[in-house]
Amino acid sequence: MFKQLADPARRSFSVFIDGAEVSARDGETVAAVILRAPPHIARHTPVKETPRAPFCLMGVCFDCLATVDGETSVQTCLVEVQPGMKIERPVGKLRITL
Amino acid sequence: MNSRHDILIVGAGPAGMAAAIELRRLGFAPLVVDEQSAPGGQIWRDVERPRPDALRNALGPDYAAGAEVAGQFRASGVDYRPGTRMWHIEPGLRVFLSQAGKAFVAEPKALLLATGAQERPAPIPGWTLPGVLTVGAAQILMKGSGQIPERPVWIAGSGPLPILYMRQLVAAGGQVAGYLDTTPRGAALRALPHLRSALRGWADLRKGLAWMRALKAGGLHIEKHVTDLVATGTERLEALSYRTADGKAHRVEAEVLLLHEGVVPSIHGTLSVDCAHVWDEAQAALRPALDDWGMTSVEGLYVAGDGAGIAGVRAALARGRLAAQGIAARLGREAGAAEVAGARAELRAASASRGFLDAVFPAPGSSVEIPDDTIVCRCEELTAGEIRAAARIHRGGPNQVKAVTRCGMGPCQGRQCGYTVNRILASAYGQSQADVGFFRIRPPLKPVTLQELAALDEGREAP
Amino acid sequence: MREPDTIVIGAGTVGAAIAYGLARQGQRVLVLDGGDTDFRAARANFGLVWVQGKGRGMPAYQRLTRQSSDLWPGFLEELSEASGGMKIDYERRGGLALTFGENGHQHRADLVAQLERERIADQGSAAGPSDLEMISRPELETLLPELRLGATVSGASFCSRDGHVNPLHLLAALHAGFLRLGGALQGNTRVETIRSESGGFVVTAGQGSWRAARVVIAAGIAGAALGRQVGLDVPIFPQRGQVLVTQRVAPVLPYPCSGLRQTADGTIMIGATKEDVGEDVSTSVRASGWLARKTVDISPDLGRLQLVRHWAGLRTLSPDGCPIYAQSPEWPGVFVVSCHSGVTLAAVHAAVLAPHIAAGALPSEFGPFHHRRFNVQAAR
Repeated sequence: MFKQLADPARRSFSVFIDGAEVSARDGETVAAVILRAPPHIARHTPVKETPRAPFCLMGVCFDCLATVDGETSVQTCLVEVQPGMKIERPVGKLRITL
Repeated sequence: MNSRHDILIVGAGPAGMAAAIELRRLGFAPLVVDEQSAPGGQIWRDVERPRPDALRNALGPDYAAGAEVAGQFRASGVDYRPGTRMWHIEPGLRVFLSQAGKAFVAEPKALLLATGAQERPAPIPGWTLPGVLTVGAAQILMKGSGQIPERPVWIAGSGPLPILYMRQLVAAGGQVAGYLDTTPRGAALRALPHLRSALRGWADLRKGLAWMRALKAGGLHIEKHVTDLVATGTERLEALSYRTADGKAHRVEAEVLLLHEGVVPSIHGTLSVDCAHVWDEAQAALRPALDDWGMTSVEGLYVAGDGAGIAGVRAALARGRLAAQGIAARLGREAGAAEVAGARAELRAASASRGFLDAVFPAPGSSVEIPDDTIVCRCEELTAGEIRAAARIHRGGPNQVKAVTRCGMGPCQGRQCGYTVNRILASAYGQSQADVGFFRIRPPLKPVTLQELAALDEGREAP
Repeated sequence: MREPDTIVIGAGTVGAAIAYGLARQGQRVLVLDGGDTDFRAARANFGLVWVQGKGRGMPAYQRLTRQSSDLWPGFLEELSEASGGMKIDYERRGGLALTFGENGHQHRADLVAQLERERIADQGSAAGPSDLEMISRPELETLLPELRLGATVSGASFCSRDGHVNPLHLLAALHAGFLRLGGALQGNTRVETIRSESGGFVVTAGQGSWRAARVVIAAGIAGAALGRQVGLDVPIFPQRGQVLVTQRVAPVLPYPCSGLRQTADGTIMIGATKEDVGEDVSTSVRASGWLARKTVDISPDLGRLQLVRHWAGLRTLSPDGCPIYAQSPEWPGVFVVSCHSGVTLAAVHAAVLAPHIAAGALPSEFGPFHHRRFNVQAAR
């Protein structure tokens, strides 16, 4: 869906989306990485479990909510990706009991 | 962790940075908070990062100019806390913020909201499908990640931003499958009376025309006065259909569709403390009522930048300076008359072409019917048909409709449905959009966890 | 519509339930509702259909509340049909009032015992078995297996008649049911005056005026000022309640608790403050912080939840917290209804009160709720 332009000066590293290794670059947001990793979605909604992907990228639509390093319902368009980050795409309502 | 600063600036875009720089120059020590991890706001998102020449050239000189302002901002020595969200403003200006999972309070003497703008929601059937984004989102991806659509992209909507983005995208090696211009017929004619004023902002207009000429010369597929746009697909966007000015229906396969129907001021903060607002007819949006310095009807609460009414980056810089000068005066230190006059002159010049732009790219009004099966509230997944049904039964305003449908009750707090509900009710009741009004905005302005709240000193005793 | 039989002032939960009940009686009913940003307790409601803990010193209120709880399932079935199948999300599996610490548990047990004594004294041999019991922490843990309880939770009182409902769905269904029965609802119409005129009443709002033989004032806080125009000087005052709602989560709380319930949508509602601040519906972090603390005390697991909404509403309270039902002695035909339990009492309002209003007289069971009780107390 999206591709990155070459930028050799920028450090790249791996993160994990639902366990799958994905390449990310220094300083980009988690939402941007999600848009490059099939199936390019952040979650299935808690209301009707429909798939949603990052939409506004500026913190006002809340469609890019995902779990980041165990923290739930994170606005991934506002979070800078870090090496080794574990991102999970929630399906439906959050489960709070472990 | 609580802030003891006399001045709090929320937002480190052009207006917030300009205000901070001016306040530092006048000897103040404000606190600047911002949701993003770096200064620049949306227009100058990630502007400090070095980039390969090809991408820098594609983004253009107006974007690159932000690096200088960000540099001055950093060099000013201002206390700047990125990654910080504002979630509640109490009367008396107690501002609650959250950074890295910890909530804290600021009790400034002056609060400047420089929270900018957001894209006006552009609801069409299928706009919640993965693969549909806003034009602003795509531009942010290009700035922040050097990321562009993999294949030729469809762009639909109206306004200067799609033209700028297409120009940047093509320059960066991307491809546009087609531009579906939804600007209604006759808008250009209605804009003519504004042309004289706009000529003073000639440089801006000429730039836009030149971009469009270059895009056309490059073979851009443009359809004018497009209506009935629908995105279809099951798990993701697969196709779009639309109707062209000649009445013909079209259907094309598509992987990515970018939407844009202009931008509107970010008003949740000022609405949440009941600041007076005015309905801006030309921009079909609310904006806070402000005095000459950008102060709202609430003492000590200022707004600068596009949050004060859409006017662009130059105006935002000028408004930031003016608000800083107003705040300084309020706290007993006058800025020089020449500096104030300079900022005012700059604001006037920067605003010259606005009336023309508003008329050339009018917001879709209540006369443009939103199909019943269109999702209006993305959070609660409610359709235009459901909003209309609620209007038929309860005959209430936006808040009554919200109560009976849940529309606007999700985490986005009505940011993606407020104006759409306003439009639908205006049409259903035969009222003006100004009379219909908007949701009552309640905290939290952004979600906050219960444990963050519980850790605050505030709720030790029952209220 | 032709001249209505009855005008109901207020389309909140109280007014809508009465209007719906009147329409079911075959009456022509016009409901006049206020503006979009009026104080609206109906929009701020917590959604409990609640019996336990209510009516200390007022056994008639215990009786009325239990009657309404028992009428609710039938009322729901009818309303669901009348509204054309609207979703209401009602559940009646019993409810909990959690206790904290040993003292808290004992304190609750004392209240429960007193309410039981008063109930039995009031109803004698007709009282029936108790629906209210104290339960220990281990018993509570088996009732709430998904929730890790906080250290200070010592148990609860459990009432089998308690339940909950989505109050906004209830309101929407009452409006829809009422309209489908031929009623008329007019929004954005803030009633200013009520006057008697040749055997009926004329109600005015702005440029409009409407006539009917009967008028029911169900206008919440505004009922005080309207009542005074027609010889119904009801002592009511606003009390602010602030409520929090979290994001949606998978089912974790199978029973509603007095200040915590999980909705059918999955959100968790947390409430509510009791603040005497006049007509002020602003929200405070003092309240959200306090409510969040209470919630984390119940279960630290809930701390991870995001607060999504926080609002304040005004309860319509009388000095003893119990409802007021009265007909004007000077102007028979004008009734006032005021209570802060409009959701719990919706069934009794629609099924019992409305037919009496249609018939023109309140029977003796409503006698204890006349506002003259406050004059008697004042004179003592």
